[in-house]
Amino acid sequence: MTYSPKVIDHFQNPRNVGSLPKDDPHVGTGLVGAPECGDVMKLQIRVSPGTGVIDDARFKTFGCGSAIASSSLVTEWLKGRTLDQALAITNGDIAHELQLPPVKMHCSVLAEDAIKAAIADYQRKREANAAATR
Amino acid sequence: MKLPIYMDHHATTPVDPRVLDAMLPFFTQEFGNPASRNHAFGWAAEKAVEQARQQVADLIGATPKEIVFTSCATEANNLALKGAAAMYGEKGNHIVTCVTEHKAVLDPCRQLEEQTFRVTYLPVQKDGRIDLRELRAALTDKTILISIMTANNEIGVLQPVAEIGAVAKEKGVIFHTDAVQAAGKVPFDVNQVQADLVSMSGHKIYGPKGIGALFVRRRNPRVLLAEQISGGGHERGIRSGTLNVPGIVGLGKAAELCRTEMAGEAARLARLRDRLNEKLHQSLDGIYVNGSLEHRLPHSLNVSFAYVEGESLLMGINDVAVSSGSACTSASLEPSYVLKALGTGDDLAHSSIRFGLGRWTTEEEVDYVADKVAAVVRRLREMSPLYELMKEGADLSKQRWTAH
Ligand SMILES: Cc1ncc(COP(=O)(O)O)c(C=O)c1O
Repeated sequence: MTYSPKVIDHFQNPRNVGSLPKDDPHVGTGLVGAPECGDVMKLQIRVSPGTGVIDDARFKTFGCGSAIASSSLVTEWLKGRTLDQALAITNGDIAHELQLPPVKMHCSVLAEDAIKAAIADYQRKREANAAATR
Repeated sequence: MKLPIYMDHHATTPVDPRVLDAMLPFFTQEFGNPASRNHAFGWAAEKAVEQARQQVADLIGATPKEIVFTSCATEANNLALKGAAAMYGEKGNHIVTCVTEHKAVLDPCRQLEEQTFRVTYLPVQKDGRIDLRELRAALTDKTILISIMTANNEIGVLQPVAEIGAVAKEKGVIFHTDAVQAAGKVPFDVNQVQADLVSMSGHKIYGPKGIGALFVRRRNPRVLLAEQISGGGHERGIRSGTLNVPGIVGLGKAAELCRTEMAGEAARLARLRDRLNEKLHQSLDGIYVNGSLEHRLPHSLNVSFAYVEGESLLMGINDVAVSSGSACTSASLEPSYVLKALGTGDDLAHSSIRFGLGRWTTEEEVDYVADKVAAVVRRLREMSPLYELMKEGADLSKQRWTAH
């Protein structure tokens, strides 16, 4: 397997590795994939209460270099975006940016799924909170 | 110490310079065709081929007439399986092999299944070895052939071939063994094992690529094979095609070196392999050796590093050449069928690395590799959500995953 320079860069210097407090109401957590399939991504976003903009994003990934690079890239892209803008990121964008070969497309698909799962988790929490304060 | 370090000797080995020296004259000066029976060029080539045949025979306790040269071990396996099936198909249509065999055995078996043959694929136990009782139970009066490898290419585990040979003998069934990884590395004698057909390959024993050999027993019993490549009737009609003289000379020399140096080399490599294993176990928790440590090639180690995916580990140790049972390296998305057959979970199969030490592996290299692997595993675990969940006390097997 040969890797594009961008994949190698993200693999060697991953951006935003780590965790945010998952019980924080402003944090959304997405955990996608399965160990048996060889990749699991945990992606977290924090949404600024004032602006509705994602002001922090972190990841942890079990997977090949392309999976790690896809999640690292996505954390960079997410910061500064609104949720709608975040939802507009597609696996095609990720694969294109990282020049992923066809056999690695599933890594970018998983990263897109992780974004959607993190946002869904955040919105679920918001609704639960809204219901609780109502 | 020179980087990158090669520690993938199950995949292939470098040609020993002594082998290369033996081969070189046969490209330019001694270029004759051994089938040219009427001039000195042919005679010289024939003499060299017959010397190599003796060298290969000596490595495995055979006689020279029992050695058939082929283009590779894949061809030797195909010739053994298809050749015996075609020759003895009248007697019976049942073949017994094993799920952890190399594709060069499994695929010919699948092809035979598309004809009139029935194939039993024996499972393996957790240590990677077949259960002899299951072998006995699988045999029927229609069984004509047992094909079980001597040593596995992924996990290095040795099958109980002498016991298998005894069963085959008792039942009057032909016994083929793919000894590609074992011959030249550990003692192997066709009579002690009671093997009837044995496959070997040049490039796994410090010889050249593109040359293999098949041992075909001539006495007790005399085994007959239907030729699979027909033409000028070379190799006593079993395998036609002008002989690859430089390759054959190289295989012969490689076999001789393995035979004369085996004892010292095996002891040295076993010590280095054990050192590697111990160092890894000292630096890391959550690591598992795949397959029996006791019944194993001396230069072989296969380890799973929990919570870390194999391909990312390979990428992290990019100045060390090893291989992984992870799906990501094979593009098939399925992790190693060999590890799965041992009952290794898919997650651990994805986390496996195969280390294959070789003739020029040094202690310094082993230490470097052990340290490097440990450092990269630690770094990747810091990045691994599975490691984090485990540390938080979660039971990963109970987690609901979104399979994709
Ligand atoms: C166990 C086993 N059998 C057969 C082969 C095929 O050998 P060759 O490359 O000579 O065709 C290999 C090599 O990959 C092997 O490891």
